[in-house]
Amino acid sequence: MPLDPAFLQYPMRRHGMDHDRYDWSMLVDRPAVRWPEGKTLALWINVSLQHFPMNPAGQPVKLPGSMTMPYPDLRHYTLRDYGNRVGVWRLLDALDRYRCRPTFAVNAVLADRYPYLTAALRERGHEILGHSWSMDTPHAGGLAADAERELVRRSLDRLEQAFGHGPRGWLSPGKLESAQTPDLLQAAGIRYFCDWVNDELPYRFHTAGGDLWAIPLSTEIEDRFVVMDNQHSEASWARQVMDAADFLLAESIRQGGRILSLSLHPWVMGQPHRIKHVEAVLDYLGSLPGVWQAEAGEILDAFVAQASP
Amino acid sequence: MKEDTGYYDYWPYRDRPRITWPNGARLAFWVAPNIEFYELDPPRNPQRTPWPHPYPAVPGYSIRDYGNRVGHARQMTLLDKYGIRGSISLSTALITHHPEIIAQCRERDWEFFTHGIYNTRYTYGMSEAQERDMIAESMDAIEQAVGRRPAGYLAPALSHSETTIDLFAELGGIYTCDLFHDDQPTPVRVRNGRRFVSIPYSLELNDTIVYVVNKIEPRRYGQIIKDAFDRLYAEGANSGTVMCLPTHNYQVSCPHRMKAFEEALEYITGHADVWITTGREIAEYYLAHHHDAAMADINLKLSGS
Repeated sequence: MPLDPAFLQYPMRRHGMDHDRYDWSMLVDRPAVRWPEGKTLALWINVSLQHFPMNPAGQPVKLPGSMTMPYPDLRHYTLRDYGNRVGVWRLLDALDRYRCRPTFAVNAVLADRYPYLTAALRERGHEILGHSWSMDTPHAGGLAADAERELVRRSLDRLEQAFGHGPRGWLSPGKLESAQTPDLLQAAGIRYFCDWVNDELPYRFHTAGGDLWAIPLSTEIEDRFVVMDNQHSEASWARQVMDAADFLLAESIRQGGRILSLSLHPWVMGQPHRIKHVEAVLDYLGSLPGVWQAEAGEILDAFVAQASP
Repeated sequence: MKEDTGYYDYWPYRDRPRITWPNGARLAFWVAPNIEFYELDPPRNPQRTPWPHPYPAVPGYSIRDYGNRVGHARQMTLLDKYGIRGSISLSTALITHHPEIIAQCRERDWEFFTHGIYNTRYTYGMSEAQERDMIAESMDAIEQAVGRRPAGYLAPALSHSETTIDLFAELGGIYTCDLFHDDQPTPVRVRNGRRFVSIPYSLELNDTIVYVVNKIEPRRYGQIIKDAFDRLYAEGANSGTVMCLPTHNYQVSCPHRMKAFEEALEYITGHADVWITTGREIAEYYLAHHHDAAMADINLKLSGS
């Protein structure tokens, strides 16, 4: 029996994308971007602070880093929790030593569970991104719109209460989304989100209520992806980041500003055998004269100030 | 189902008729950028699911879009630098979606071969007529866009039927990239009896297999490429070999992987006896100069002598 004839029909074959969320454009064809202080490579360091429940529902999907053993999975629960107890403080020391200003994507439940940690971040004045409620609240196809709207609201409200202001930015756990996630984020007052890894500069993302800005946070160079999924050594991760910085810096001098987005997880890189590789990376990036280290919101603001209306 | 593809006979690598390449080259080197379009919401094939996540599969879709938005220009710049014309494995719907990319490749006289219409439309389950129509439509699209009918085929997402290569030969194709049984071109037995060849394309050196399946570090990929080249270049002194780098702009063109790739290209193109060419040129040269001697030798070896 042949395939359904619909399998050989191509209704979305048209110029540009096969959806209406954003416009097609090649990075190389866009006007050159300039970063402050004459720098050409913006360095955005994202630290994701996460809670992985020991009893995940795993619906509609299980997120990377979630429990894998039969309940109670003490090993994975505590190894993830290590990041919030130990790893994050070690990472903060390293970031301070190299005068870096990271941006934190925070599961809102951390404000309930670890008020000491969220208060410390508030005191330090870091930019906070919404990161849903926990690592067991995936925004994925199959999640009902009403439930997701409530999840977005609850997460943003809790962060606003803990930090004194609501986040401008959002990172979905696992960078997953449902079909309505961008619309719900825009309606909830979010200005930019980081889930779509299809670019290296911000771009306009269309939603039902108006545009969001998309600022892609690279997965391919993320600590968890390289070290845990690909099982490359910490030293190899560091080498890859340095190679990326060298490449982007050279390209940015020729073509205009670029962004190196580094995503770190305290439960991965906060381990004692890994932290020195983070320090080596920060030391190297800090030594490059063309690098502008900034928060995600600052990078977006600098970009938007130059963007055509 | 068959135990064997039926496309070729056993033919040992040793004591074959000597292959020579133009200008005394030992090795024919080609780079095959896969320029693909994956759909966000393709119709569901009964035998293979395109995405690991429910709609919308943002992680998988968006990194592939990165290949076209960001990666393509990067790899093209690098191939320009080392004097390499790409042989594009093309999802032909991309001609409509992203004609800007097609125009850049045409300016450089790159080869276009067909890789189906979308990389999210699998061959599995198609009737022979449906598969013939799909392949023909993709060939027509390339011919209309670039003025030349494609010579080669790599089935979309490496999804095949038992007669995929037969159908492509019947539609006028001369070479396939879908067989991984050899380091030299080899004759392929197709249903219409036409002279048709397999050109080595390589899964082992394919960046997506390397990075996504085998999870290899970028600098090790660079070393693997150099090691493969060294051996094939040495063996090519006796009889010409082929080396292909199949690439994907969403893998090899990521910033942390470009340096290793560039070093490998610099290394290969720094050797004197390398024929930097395209899949079509290798196929045409082989058909004109070596195919018939190969057939005679295959038939001789089959008899056990």
